[in-house]
Amino acid sequence: MFKIIKKEFLSKNVARIIIEAPYIAKSRKAGNFIILRIDKNGERIPLTIADANIEKGTITVIAQKVGVTSHKLCDMNVGDTILDVVGPLGTATHIANVGTVLCAGGGVGVAPLFPIVQAMKFAGNRVITVIAARTKDLVILEDEMREYSDELIIMTDDGSLGEKGLVTLGMEKVIQREKVNEAVVIGPAVMMKFAALATKKYNIPTVASLNTIMVDGTGMCGACRVSVGGKTEFVCVNGPEFDAHQVNFDEMLSRLNAYKEKEATGYNDYLKSLEPILN
Amino acid sequence: MGTELDKEYYKKERKADWRDKLRKEIKSKERTKGVRVQMPEADPTIRNKSNIEVNKGLTLEMAMSESSRCLDCAVPTCITGCPVGTNIPKFVKYIEKGDILGAAKVLKENNSLPAICGRVCPQEIQCEAECIYVKKLSKEGSAIGYLERFAADYERESGNSSIPELAKFNGIKMAVIGSGPAGLTVAGELAKFGYDVTVFEALHDLGGVLKYGIPEFRLPKDIVDFEINTIKQMNVKFITNFIVGKTATIDDLKEEGYKAFFIASGAGLPNFMNIPGENFNGIQSANEFLTRVNLMKGADANFDTPVHTGKNVVIVGGGNTAMDSVRTAKRMGAERAIIVYRRSQEEMPARTEEIKHAIEEGIEFMNLTSPIEYFTDANGMVNKMRAQKMQLGEPDASGRRRPEVIEGSEHDIDVDSVVIAVGVSPNPIIQQSMPELETTKWNTIEVDDNMMTSVPGLFAGGDIVRGGATVILAMGDGRNAAKGMHNYIEKTILSEV
Repeated sequence: MFKIIKKEFLSKNVARIIIEAPYIAKSRKAGNFIILRIDKNGERIPLTIADANIEKGTITVIAQKVGVTSHKLCDMNVGDTILDVVGPLGTATHIANVGTVLCAGGGVGVAPLFPIVQAMKFAGNRVITVIAARTKDLVILEDEMREYSDELIIMTDDGSLGEKGLVTLGMEKVIQREKVNEAVVIGPAVMMKFAALATKKYNIPTVASLNTIMVDGTGMCGACRVSVGGKTEFVCVNGPEFDAHQVNFDEMLSRLNAYKEKEATGYNDYLKSLEPILN
Repeated sequence: MGTELDKEYYKKERKADWRDKLRKEIKSKERTKGVRVQMPEADPTIRNKSNIEVNKGLTLEMAMSESSRCLDCAVPTCITGCPVGTNIPKFVKYIEKGDILGAAKVLKENNSLPAICGRVCPQEIQCEAECIYVKKLSKEGSAIGYLERFAADYERESGNSSIPELAKFNGIKMAVIGSGPAGLTVAGELAKFGYDVTVFEALHDLGGVLKYGIPEFRLPKDIVDFEINTIKQMNVKFITNFIVGKTATIDDLKEEGYKAFFIASGAGLPNFMNIPGENFNGIQSANEFLTRVNLMKGADANFDTPVHTGKNVVIVGGGNTAMDSVRTAKRMGAERAIIVYRRSQEEMPARTEEIKHAIEEGIEFMNLTSPIEYFTDANGMVNKMRAQKMQLGEPDASGRRRPEVIEGSEHDIDVDSVVIAVGVSPNPIIQQSMPELETTKWNTIEVDDNMMTSVPGLFAGGDIVRGGATVILAMGDGRNAAKGMHNYIEKTILSEV
């Protein structure tokens, strides 16, 4: 049982949840994720570890209400317990002092980007961060990102905060302005696809962190498989980070929809089950 | 198994008065006139729509009658066929005598999981293949597996389950990594030696492949839990959601005082065929399909985990995992549940019993067929498998005839879902976290005769050493490793005291 120590909403549907998990807090590195199962009828879902506190023995995850499990998780409260949390999973981000690193995050992908921004800064890099969201209310971790970035650029689709435009616009501005040695892109698959195309034009080595469907997270099931450079890779044990220029994002986008209908039905049923409480 | 010491022991045991008396009660010639018992089975047309156990188990009368077929041979060759060295004639004769609880105790001397082994061991190629009936008399072997299951079930249902005798608790901490058959066996054996044993399990539930892999209709989960509970009662501690190599390393655990380790992390990395379209939606590994159904209860609407199935489900492969998958698909409502296998039924690695059960349940077999490509509908869901016909050529390295392509035999099969059951590779997590650990070119861990790896104090067994094998071979490794670990501790720690 893993106790929730703190919870707050960063935007209407995105919550930051701090969970007691001392072993994971101690072992985790930037890029690692956990798998959790809320209750005995629940499914196992992966979530990136956004932060950790070794002294307090806690880890931070950021979840967006998109389905049954993420919705239930966001609605849990301080003192509640999550039945199962396992990790840290995946290989850690390769952190080195390479010069200037461009970190780009879209939507809730800004959460997994945060520990990488932190680690890249600690390694002595110049870190320029671009975070993007549809609108002002959906921008998360602005202050945290600013603290560890040499420069923070905010992009919104509607221009309600920062500059108006997609994440790639902000990225290209930086690339055209100064030498970028490496890029890290995390967000929805379609955002990563276009962010990777943007850096490819300039031959900037780029890493993407993939958020595929998983069950066990230890290499056992292969639900998370993606094609990287024409070869099938398991995101859980060989990822989650891969050379963004080699990832077949179209295949990944399709695979993310593998259970779309079943998930939508399940989520609608769940939302309906909440209605009597709301009324 | 088979040491001189063991042979002396078997001889001495056989000379016990009660065994002598029992042997004399019925003449061997009379005993050989008996016919091997038939396992009662659930009706195939009913069981293929539910999860009820297929084999219903023997009655007391059936078991006692079958046990009287056993000749209690002077040289019990059956024991040499058992990877854990169960004293087979002794437990069988206890059944003949009517002391079923006594029989169960004998089983537990060498085997912590008898109710499981009685169900999933391939006895027909192990103990029963070495039975004198098969070797010398050209008759069907003594039904050792059915009797083992009977004794274990009888004991469990009697409510008088025995806990094996434990040596005095020595407080020395031992770590077991993985709670599948190899890990559970080591844990039980080490507890008998008096150690303070902790089992670390990566998943949220205990049992490894016994839980996520083997379906309910072949191995009911409450039986697995019961056997695990017996090991718990032997003071073994279990920690779930703990991945050694990730949550904490072996070195971290050494700092916590663990003196020796047993790695039994299993063959949890499914193989794919690397053919075009294999990553389309609706195509999954047998591990994924079975885990979603068995561990996550995906076929039950009360559980959140979704699982793909459909009217036409094809399973690629011919092993026990393929049979488990295809029979699961049938039970989930597939109209056509089809095995596609590149050799013929004769070469199938699956147990004869599983193939027989599958045929009875209406599973279709497309043997000598191999997939080459997949196609999808507009939504990216697989809807067609292109396959080619095969024929058998000369035997290959495995001794089985090599499948060869029949040119121009491509044909399409309509599918709603495909399960790939073409084998597994070792789980890579421990090896990734310990570069100093010597591995083979197949990424299995290298061990010596005592099951010790290249790192002193670190032992390994089961599928992480063997690649994909069986429950009982994993358990045999567990028994050997426990002895090896005990010797290691005696040499390194106890000798210093």
